[in-house]
Amino acid sequence: MEGTLFYIFSGAMLFLGLLVITSRNPVNSAIFLVLLLFFMAGLFVLLHAFFLAAIQVLVYAGAVMVLFLFVIMLLNVKDEEKSKNHWFGVLGSAFVTAALILEFFMLLRDGVPQLLLHQRDVVGTTEAVGKLLFSKYLLPFEVTSVLLLVAMIGVVVLSKKEKPS
Amino acid sequence: MIPLHHYLLVSAGLFILGIAGVLLRRNALIIYMSLEMILNASNLALVAFSRYNGDLNGQIFVFFIIAVAAAEVAVGLAIIVALFRLKQTTRVSDLTTLKL
Repeated sequence: MEGTLFYIFSGAMLFLGLLVITSRNPVNSAIFLVLLLFFMAGLFVLLHAFFLAAIQVLVYAGAVMVLFLFVIMLLNVKDEEKSKNHWFGVLGSAFVTAALILEFFMLLRDGVPQLLLHQRDVVGTTEAVGKLLFSKYLLPFEVTSVLLLVAMIGVVVLSKKEKPS
Repeated sequence: MIPLHHYLLVSAGLFILGIAGVLLRRNALIIYMSLEMILNASNLALVAFSRYNGDLNGQIFVFFIIAVAAAEVAVGLAIIVALFRLKQTTRVSDLTTLKL
């Protein structure tokens, strides 16, 4: 059951990722990305990270993607015309792909470390994550709120119309 | 139980797709979406490690990454809107003000 769901989710995710970077129309890309993020939340559930799955749906599939779609509609972006790929882009992505594949072969050669659930099953419920956030990670948690405030002010300043002078 | 390296393989695949999107596409909005994909790939790897290590700290890390990504998207999209007002385009190859 778990295995079947994992392969469905991950296969769909990789396919959707391919569609995101190949579709000509940004609106289609954004819709495919929303679906991809939903499947990612599904994988989080399989990994027993329930709180993160909820956050993923709320923040990514909700807030971030609405922002994306809103900007795409606002700018009225046309379909991208076919453009010749720069040699640097092709070379760069080929390099990253080769590096990651090499890394995997080395990992498989040395044997994957099966840390695997040696003592207890860790479940990322809201209670467990919240306890950690408000004790050990209290300072970073508060700093995050400052970060969000800074981002908000930055956005307001950036999108303000300049006064005619 | 799915072995750990299957999760890492999916994460690496998503990362590669994101890098390819950033390097090959010309539309600033799609480049931004590819960046989100890269961040999600790292999130998946972190959560998988956290589960297989029996350690919850990795999930806290992912929580912070999601918060930072949300802030980053807001600022980045504001910059794209400002650029569009200035140049009427989102093609990154048309943004050549800094070029000599």
